[in-house]
Amino acid sequence: MTEAFIFDHVRSPRGRGKKDGSLHSVTPISLLTQILKAIKSRNEFEVTAVEEVITGCVTAVGEQGGDIGRFAAIMAGYSDHVPGLHVNRFCASGLVATNYAAASVMAGQKDLVIGSGVESMSRVPMGFDGGAWIFDPQVTNKIGTVMQGISADMIATKYGFSREQCDEYAILSQQRTKKSWDEKRFKNSIIPIKDHIGRTVLDHDEHMRPQTTMEDLAGLKPSFTDMGELGFDSVIMQKYPDIERVNHVHHAGNSSGIVDGAGAMLIGNKKTAKKYNLKPRARIVAFADVGVDPSIMLTGPGEAARKAIKKAGLTKQDIDIWEVNEAFASVVLRFCQEMDVPTSDVNVCGGAIAMGHPLGATGNMILGTALDELERTGGKYALTALCVGGGMATATIIERV
Amino acid sequence: MTQKAIKIDIDKDGIALLSIDVEGQSMNVINQAFISELEAHIKTIIGDDKIKGAVICSAKENGFLAGADLNMVLGNLAGRKDATPDEVFEASFTLNRLFRLLETCGKPFAIAINGLTLGGGFELAMSCHYRVVADNDNIKLGLPEVQIGLIPGAGGTQRLPRLMGIQLALPYLLQGKNMTPKQALSNNVIHEIAPADEVVEKAKAWILAGGKAEQPWDQKRFKIPGGQGVYDPNIVQTFMGAPAMTQKETKNNYPATVAILSAVYEGHQLPMDKAIEVESQYFTQQLMGDVAPNMIRTLFVNKNKADKLIRRPKDVPEAKTKKLGMLGAGLMGAGIAYVSAKAGIEVILLDREMKFAEKGKAYSQGIVEKGIKYGKVTQEEADQLMSLIKPTTDYADLEGCDLIIEAVLEDPKVKADVTKKAEEVIPESCIYGSNTSTLPISILAKSSRNEDKFIGIHFFSPVDKMPLVEIILGKKTSELALAKALDYARQIRKTPIVVNDSRGFYTSRCFMTYPLEASNMLSEGISPVLIENSGVYAGMAVGPFAVNDEVGIDLSHHISEATKAALGDKYHAEASHEVIAKLYDLGRYGKKNSKGFYEYPENDKKHIWKGLADYYPLADEQPSQEDVTRRLIYRQALEVVRCLEENVVTEPEDADIGAIFGWGFAPWTGGPISMIDTIGIDKFISECDELSKKHGDVFKVPEMLRKMQKDGQRFYS
Repeated sequence: MTEAFIFDHVRSPRGRGKKDGSLHSVTPISLLTQILKAIKSRNEFEVTAVEEVITGCVTAVGEQGGDIGRFAAIMAGYSDHVPGLHVNRFCASGLVATNYAAASVMAGQKDLVIGSGVESMSRVPMGFDGGAWIFDPQVTNKIGTVMQGISADMIATKYGFSREQCDEYAILSQQRTKKSWDEKRFKNSIIPIKDHIGRTVLDHDEHMRPQTTMEDLAGLKPSFTDMGELGFDSVIMQKYPDIERVNHVHHAGNSSGIVDGAGAMLIGNKKTAKKYNLKPRARIVAFADVGVDPSIMLTGPGEAARKAIKKAGLTKQDIDIWEVNEAFASVVLRFCQEMDVPTSDVNVCGGAIAMGHPLGATGNMILGTALDELERTGGKYALTALCVGGGMATATIIERV
Repeated sequence: MTQKAIKIDIDKDGIALLSIDVEGQSMNVINQAFISELEAHIKTIIGDDKIKGAVICSAKENGFLAGADLNMVLGNLAGRKDATPDEVFEASFTLNRLFRLLETCGKPFAIAINGLTLGGGFELAMSCHYRVVADNDNIKLGLPEVQIGLIPGAGGTQRLPRLMGIQLALPYLLQGKNMTPKQALSNNVIHEIAPADEVVEKAKAWILAGGKAEQPWDQKRFKIPGGQGVYDPNIVQTFMGAPAMTQKETKNNYPATVAILSAVYEGHQLPMDKAIEVESQYFTQQLMGDVAPNMIRTLFVNKNKADKLIRRPKDVPEAKTKKLGMLGAGLMGAGIAYVSAKAGIEVILLDREMKFAEKGKAYSQGIVEKGIKYGKVTQEEADQLMSLIKPTTDYADLEGCDLIIEAVLEDPKVKADVTKKAEEVIPESCIYGSNTSTLPISILAKSSRNEDKFIGIHFFSPVDKMPLVEIILGKKTSELALAKALDYARQIRKTPIVVNDSRGFYTSRCFMTYPLEASNMLSEGISPVLIENSGVYAGMAVGPFAVNDEVGIDLSHHISEATKAALGDKYHAEASHEVIAKLYDLGRYGKKNSKGFYEYPENDKKHIWKGLADYYPLADEQPSQEDVTRRLIYRQALEVVRCLEENVVTEPEDADIGAIFGWGFAPWTGGPISMIDTIGIDKFISECDELSKKHGDVFKVPEMLRKMQKDGQRFYS
């Protein structure tokens, strides 16, 4: 099997996903275009050598619809000859884009591919694309659809994580993120996003609140109590009859932030590396996708991680860097509990609770974080995993080379 | 052609008057004759150029059109297992197709409604182009199909949302609640309210004024009020929220609710011709399933028969109660006094002390005041009701009573004393009923001078809400007493079942097995939350521990002690008795002292008492929800069969009605007997044999069932 390597990774800073967010005036195609341009300018390959741009995007309607990567590639000057492909596995889309880019290289069918992701949550609201699993009664009844926050609260209830534990984890995320910024750990990957006349509109992750204290968080009301009361608690409890009551622990402070952002990764084989003098930074070793109960929905990362580790022929002791998307505090806490990995070893650079979770881009971004951190620490293997709506998860293992 | 359902008259203005008068029915229902005659009339109207349009009205005083003839539906359902979905669809699509023909026939149809209009009747109305309803708040319009496990099958799921908006229409479809003419008008479901004697004229006037034969939804630019389609955020929210809200109520035991949601969801995005087809597909699904037939049988057909006193001795003349002597003004006595006075019966409410009697009357006061506040009762009605209740301590006030109901302490001595005192005053002909829930009637009757006039009339708490009365025959109870008790049940609008004397009679005896089996499981280390939820999720009205707390753990304890004393060697000890005794010893009496299986924090919801785990530590391995449910439900069903076998209850119909309305057995099953029939006796027996191997004799299969199995019988044909 051909080996697939990551040559480069670029991501945007993450802008608050609201009208007052710095990236709100930047269209999603512009976001992705600027990232693709950076990939092009930082590396010396012929644009026509890129055989595909795969783009993860969750809410692919409106200005994010219509195979956005194809047109971002053209806008970025990759020529008319570069095809695009849109993929959607909800929150893992950005990681799935790189996995499938790598897969086509591993299969010997492509030599140079870009895996990317984009989401402007301030411009295309989450959920705007609907879906049978959201509102078709036949489907929602079959799977027991609830809001993800209710699922996260059920994870906390079922696996015994208190509000305090979740809040503590959130503080940890803020502190780690601040430290990473202070130490400029993301500098290799982040490029500033510019306006139409080349002025920088954002050069840092603006969702962070490093000054947050436990007291601040204690003052926040749980976000999903009312929805739970309306009926969704009952829906999920009917799947878990040993639970008497859902403990609503999640709120805006211990859940991932809504942000705008994009990221991309240049992936190819050794032959292409040689041809264009590209430096392989890491090898994509293995990846795995799993399905779990769609109602509790967010418990998949552990299973996906185990599956990827097994495929890679490794053990969990071989993993130096763990990146698990901080969709909700309980998701990471459950991952650590299930995998028997201390929280001190997971998401050491911070995560989406502090920096935000631009749905379709996050997988791409945190794989890049894992790569940067491997290089910074001299570690060998990193595992990146994300929980996914509808009860799925994706994990990827890379090896620094 | 002789008309058996709908008469047609064409007036000088060229308006065809279709008056519905279904032969052999006190209230109009949709039956085969109705369907074929309506079709013939529509075709006549289409084909006759002299006819301008049509007005549909009812020739009956009593109601307008009460929907499909459910006896006919149930009859048709008997052979459904042999029919193909296609055949069932074709049969059920008939009415949908007919109403669609009516609204697209090119001639204006108006409907003049003068009374109750439900189900198919309301669907007929909505397919007419103009709807006038008599100005009478007692007229009910609605689609109650869901209450018997069905969905509206003649366009109701399509036309109601198109008229009033999806979000507003869903509660009417999902809960089957009715609307008054005024509500219907404000919801844009009807066009006009008119005095009852003018509805037909108004309907004709609309046609003569050039009323159009076109429904809004057949117009090009039609938009459903409140939004439509899956790109509308309101609709998205509605269809996200409604299924969850529904599932919270139904615990997914009622497939018709999901079918209704889907019929609206899918249908509202389609043109009417395709929409009604989708509706009929979902309707067909319900007919092919087991829930609807079981619910129709028990909750409608057999309940109606019980309400009409099918068990009443035919030869005894009607014996309505005029003056009731209510002995004991506690919670039960006060409730019985209220429902009786509400039915216009004079009530002597007697207790040991005046303050108790007064308090019992105050209970009625509380209810009527609430009724006035919510506009359900007028001051006049309230005054009338209250004037009928006389609180007293004086037995002499019982003079002239024709019915006594005793609801004093569950102590044979106290009861005997009260009986004696009352009988010194009441006439020889007076029937004497006891509301005991535990003491054998035949034993209590011994203290009466007339054992033949002594009968059990067992109410359920709260009396004004619970629909059932369990009539218990003592060994010597006469037909006269039975007739009197049944006539009284009908007066107070309760559903009666008739059972024979036995410890706990029928309902209490069977009901108790539910919390007992829960405690058995608790003692085995099964999670109390899992046990409780399994009961609730199976469709029981209340969880087994919650209900035990309601009943009172002290009472459960006393009953098991009393049973033990009475049965001696025959007493069958089970682990649950130890559990009850343990909680009793710990002073946990249930809801009454805020300590039972549950804790009752002041500012929060009740929750299972954590301390249970100290006495009954959780076993490492927990059974599946399915296994727990089976134990809870089969245990009750087996006791019901034993009651049939021992002749405590004599009819499967009474057994099913009593289970659902008496102790909250899951209504979607149609009752425990319907459930056994549905599971199949073979399968039920083999599962019980398994359970009995693991969990002992409480799951032993009664001989009656084995014999039925051998003979290839079912309870219902």
